[in-house]
Amino acid sequence: MKKKKWDSASILSALIVCLLYAAVFVAEQMMPPTSMLFTVLKKGATYALVAVSMNLLNGFTGIFSLGQAGFMLIGAYTYAIFTVPVAQRAIVYQYYNGGVVQFTLPVFVAMILAGLVAALFALLIGLPVLRLKSDYLAIATLGFAEIIRTVFQWDKLGPVTNGSNMLRLFPTFNDFNIRNAQGEVTLYLSTLVPLLIAGVCIALIVLLINSTFGRALRAIKDDEIAAEAMGIRLSSHKQMAFCVSSFFAGIGGAMLAMYQTTVQAKSFTTAMTYEILLIVVIGGIGSVTGSCLSSFLFVACSEWWLRFLDQKQVVGGFEVPLLRNGFRLVVFSIIIMIVVLFFRQGIMGTRELPDLLRRRPTRANGGEAK
Amino acid sequence: MKKVLALALALCLLVPAVVLGETVKIGVFEPASGDSGAGGKQEMLGMQYANQETPTVEIGGVTYDVELVYADNGSSTDKAPSAAQQLVSSGVSVVLGSYGSGVSIAGSQYFADAGIPAIGVSCTNPQVTAGNSHYFRICFLDPFQGTVLANYAFNTLGAKTAYCLAELGNDYDVGLVTYFKQAFEALGGTVVDEYFPTGTSDFTSYLTNAAMYSAEVFFSPVSIAYATQIVQQAASQGAAFPILGGDTLDSNVVANAAKGTNVALTVTTFYQEGANEAFDTGFKAWLASDSEAMTNNGGNDMIAAVTVMGYDAYYTALEALKAAGSTDSKAVMAALPGVTLTGVSGAIAFDEVGDAIRHSAFVKKVNNETGDWEFVTEQTVE
Amino acid sequence: MFNTVFPYLLSGISVGGQYALIAIGYTMVYGILRLINFAHGDVFMVAGIIMVYMSASGVPLLVCIPLVLLLTSVIGFAIERIAYKPLRTAPRMSVMISAIGVSYTLQNLVLYITGGLNQIYPTIPFISGSVTIGPATTKVVTVVTPVLTILLVFALVMLINHTKVGMAMRAVSKDFETSQLMGININRVISTTFVIGSFLAGVGSMLYFTNYTTVIQTSGAMPGLKAFVAAVFGGIGSIPGAVVGAFIIGIAENIIKGLDIILFKAGVIAKPMGLATFSDAFTFALLIVILAVKPTGLFGEKTIDKV
Repeated sequence: MKKKKWDSASILSALIVCLLYAAVFVAEQMMPPTSMLFTVLKKGATYALVAVSMNLLNGFTGIFSLGQAGFMLIGAYTYAIFTVPVAQRAIVYQYYNGGVVQFTLPVFVAMILAGLVAALFALLIGLPVLRLKSDYLAIATLGFAEIIRTVFQWDKLGPVTNGSNMLRLFPTFNDFNIRNAQGEVTLYLSTLVPLLIAGVCIALIVLLINSTFGRALRAIKDDEIAAEAMGIRLSSHKQMAFCVSSFFAGIGGAMLAMYQTTVQAKSFTTAMTYEILLIVVIGGIGSVTGSCLSSFLFVACSEWWLRFLDQKQVVGGFEVPLLRNGFRLVVFSIIIMIVVLFFRQGIMGTRELPDLLRRRPTRANGGEAK
Repeated sequence: MKKVLALALALCLLVPAVVLGETVKIGVFEPASGDSGAGGKQEMLGMQYANQETPTVEIGGVTYDVELVYADNGSSTDKAPSAAQQLVSSGVSVVLGSYGSGVSIAGSQYFADAGIPAIGVSCTNPQVTAGNSHYFRICFLDPFQGTVLANYAFNTLGAKTAYCLAELGNDYDVGLVTYFKQAFEALGGTVVDEYFPTGTSDFTSYLTNAAMYSAEVFFSPVSIAYATQIVQQAASQGAAFPILGGDTLDSNVVANAAKGTNVALTVTTFYQEGANEAFDTGFKAWLASDSEAMTNNGGNDMIAAVTVMGYDAYYTALEALKAAGSTDSKAVMAALPGVTLTGVSGAIAFDEVGDAIRHSAFVKKVNNETGDWEFVTEQTVE
Repeated sequence: MFNTVFPYLLSGISVGGQYALIAIGYTMVYGILRLINFAHGDVFMVAGIIMVYMSASGVPLLVCIPLVLLLTSVIGFAIERIAYKPLRTAPRMSVMISAIGVSYTLQNLVLYITGGLNQIYPTIPFISGSVTIGPATTKVVTVVTPVLTILLVFALVMLINHTKVGMAMRAVSKDFETSQLMGININRVISTTFVIGSFLAGVGSMLYFTNYTTVIQTSGAMPGLKAFVAAVFGGIGSIPGAVVGAFIIGIAENIIKGLDIILFKAGVIAKPMGLATFSDAFTFALLIVILAVKPTGLFGEKTIDKV
C-alpha cells in the first residue's frame, strides 16, 4: 500500500500546479483574448474534469460505464435552465411562451445543482444497471444516455427543456471577466475561473481516491469477490462511485454549456462519450494526471495544432498532398489506434505527477497496471 | 518524443503564416460536411465566384487583397463553436454565413464576444438576429416564408390538412414548421407536426403517418440529406400528396431525387435561374472552367439560390468594408446597418434588427422529367 | 385496425431483417471472444461506401455485388488481425476500447474520403422497384429482405451444426482454452467468424441502403447499436435469438413511429402526443428491461461464473 504523506514530491507537484495557474493568469492579461490558447485551456479544463470523473469509474472502480454524455447533458441542461436571465426567457423559449421556470439561480449554485441532478439520475439508473457485468453494464449505461437524450428532446417537456431547441443566452465563461462601468474588461478571468473550477473538482476526486473509500474502490477493481470477502459492501460502494462520478460529469456538462454558449440535447451523443473514453485511455486508465494531460493534448490537437491538416498547405511552392477537410481526424484516429494497440499504458500508466518527481518511481501498485 | 512532435507541429503552423502585401480577411462560416454540407458548398461557390471576380477591395484609399478564411461548422451545433473560434482567432474582419440557422446561433456568441460582425446568408430563423447587434442577414425570414408556404398550400394546392415533418433540434426546421402551422391554422386548415431524430434514414413510417392522417400536403423543410431520402421514399411508396419545402430543398441534389418519379415537389426560395442573365452565364462559365467547383455544385451547372445569396453576401461585406474605411471589425460592424446595394437576388438593405428588407419569395416546382426547377410564381406578403 | 397497423408492420419486418443480418455478426463474435465489436456497424457502413464508389467508377452491378461482399469480408478479417488479435491476452476492456478506436477510425476515414457529404447508393434494379401489398405500397426489397434473411440464417445454422468449422466454432464459444488444448486453431476459427459476420453485414448493407438510399460516415452507428441490442435481447451467442430480437426491434420501432395515429384511430388518445420521438429510445429501454429481468436474453443459455 502506498503511504500518502506530504513528501517533497507532493509539495513540488502542488507548487507546479500553482505556478501553472499563475502563468495562465498572467498570460490572460497580456495576450489577446481571441487567442486559440485560451479556447484550448477552457475546453481542456472541461474535458479534464469529465475525463477524471470517468476515470474514477473505469480506472479506479472497474465499472465500465459509457453513460458520461448522458450525465453531462443533464448537467448542462440543469445549469442552462436555471441561469437564463428572466428577461431573455421569452426569446429563448420562443415556442413555449417563455417556459415555466421564471427565476434564475446564481452561477455557482446552478453548477452545483447541475451536479446534484446528474447524481440523482445516477442513483436511479444505478439501481438496475450496476448489478450487471462489465460489457453489459457498458451497453446499458450507453442505452440510458440515449434515452435521456430523447426524453430531453420531447416536445411535451418543452416548457422546461425548450423541447429539442437550443438553450442559450445564459452566463458563459466570458461573464467571469470583470468589467468596469463602460463595459470594458479590466481583469480577464474567463480562462482562469474554469481552470480553477475544474482544479477544485479534480482535487476533491483525488482526495476521495486517496481516502479509505478510494482504497475500497481499488480493491473492488482488483477483485470483486476478494473485496466482498474483506467486508466491502459492493453495491453501496459502486453506487456511491457512480453517483460521485456523475456529479462531477454534471458539473463538467455545465462547464461545457458555458464553453459552447449554447446547449442542445442532440449534440450529447455516444460519440462524445467515446471521445472522453479515448482521452482516458490515452492518458492512462487509473491516472488522474494522465487524464488531465491528455485532455489538454487532445483538445489542443483537435482544435489547434492539427487544424492545418484540414487545409491545403503549400510548402516551398509544393502543394502537400492528401491535405483536405477531414484529414486531421484521420491522422488523429491513427494516433489513437497506435496508443491503444502499442502503448496500452497511455501517457502515464497509473502514475501521478508526484511519482514522476520522485527519484525512483514506486512500483508498489504495479500489479494493477495491466 | 511527444514534445518534439508538438513542437514540430507548432512550427508547421507558423510557416504558412507569412503574408505578403495588404490583406483583409473575410471569414466563411459554412458547413462543408454533414447534413447541410451540399448546401454549404453551393453557398461557398457564390462567395468564391465573387472573390475571383473581385479579388481586391479599396479600403480608405489602400487596395487590399481579399482572403477568404474557411471554417467548416460541420452542419452541427456542437462543431460550430470551434469553427467560430477558429475564425475569430485568425483575425477576420467580417464573417459570412451560415447556411443553416442552428449553426449561426451556435457560433453567434463567439463573434459577439470578439466584436466581429456576421452576415447571415441563408439562415432564415428570426433567432439569428434577434436580441443582438452584430448579426445581420441578407435573406428573408421564416415567419414570412412560413406564411408564403401556408398560403400556397392552402390556396393554390387547395390543401385543408397538412402534415409537417422536421428534424428534432434543428432550429431552421422547427422554426419554419411552427410559423407554417400558425399561418396554415389561421387560414382554417389543420396541421399535424412530427419530429424525427438526427441521423434517421427510414422515413417510410412517417410517410405512412401522413397518409393515415389523410394529409393533402407534406411539408418538410429539412436538410438536403433528409430531403432526398424523403422524396425517394415517397416515390417508392407511391405517395399521393405533394411535398412542400423551404429554401433548403432548392438544390439540384433534391431535384435529382425527384427526377423520374411522380413526386410533386414545390419550394420557396431566393432566386430563380434566368433572373439575371449576366450572372448566370458568368457563373456557368466559371463552373465549366473549374472541375472542383463543378463537383461542389453537385455535378451539373444548375444555379442554386444559395449560390446567389453567397455571391451577394460577399459584395455586401465589401461594401461594408469600403464604408467602414478600415479593416477593423468594430468599424465594419458600425458601418453595416447603413450598407445598401443592388445584388443579384434583389435590393439589399437592413432594418433596425439587422434583417434584410425583403418582401418577396420565388416559388419553384420540380419538373419530374428533366429534374430542373421551374418557376411557378413570385409571392409577396406584407 | 389491421389496415392501420399493416404498413408499419411491413416497414418493421423489412428493417428488422436488415438488423438481423448485422446482429448475427455481433452475436457470433460475442459468443466466441466475449467482445462487443463496436466497429461492426461501421463495417456495415463501409460496405455501403465501397458499393457507392465502385459503381460510380463504372464497374457493372453484377460484378460489384460479389466484389463488395468479398471486400467487406476482407475488411472484417483485417480488423480482427490488426486490432483485436494483438490484444488476445489483454483485459476485455482494452479490446472493447480498441473496437471503439476502430469504429472511430473507420468513420473518420469515410468522412475524409466522402468529404462528409451524403453519397447516393446505386440502384440495384431487381429489388428497387415498387410493389403493392394490400393497403401498402413499398419497395420490392422490403419483401425480399425477410426471405433472404431467413434463407441466410438457415444456411448459417446448417454450417454451424454440420461442418467441421462449425463444430470448432461451437467448441470455442463453449470453452476458449480447452478447445485450444484440443488442437483447434483458435485464430482460424475467430477469423472465420469475422469473415462470416462481415459478409452478412455486407448483404445487410445492400438491402438496407437500397431501401434508404444515402450513405454517410455515421450511417452505421445507429443500425449497429440497434442490431447489438437485438443480439442481447435475443440472448447473446444465439443466432436464432438475434434474428428474433432484430425483427421485434424493427417492428417495435416502426409501430412507435406510428403510435400516435394508431392510438388516435383506436380512440385511446384525443390528440397526438409526439410519441414518435421515442422510436430510438424505445430500443434502449427494451434493452435495459431485458437486462434487468432476464440478463441472458430470450434464448440465451445460463452461464455460471467460475471464481
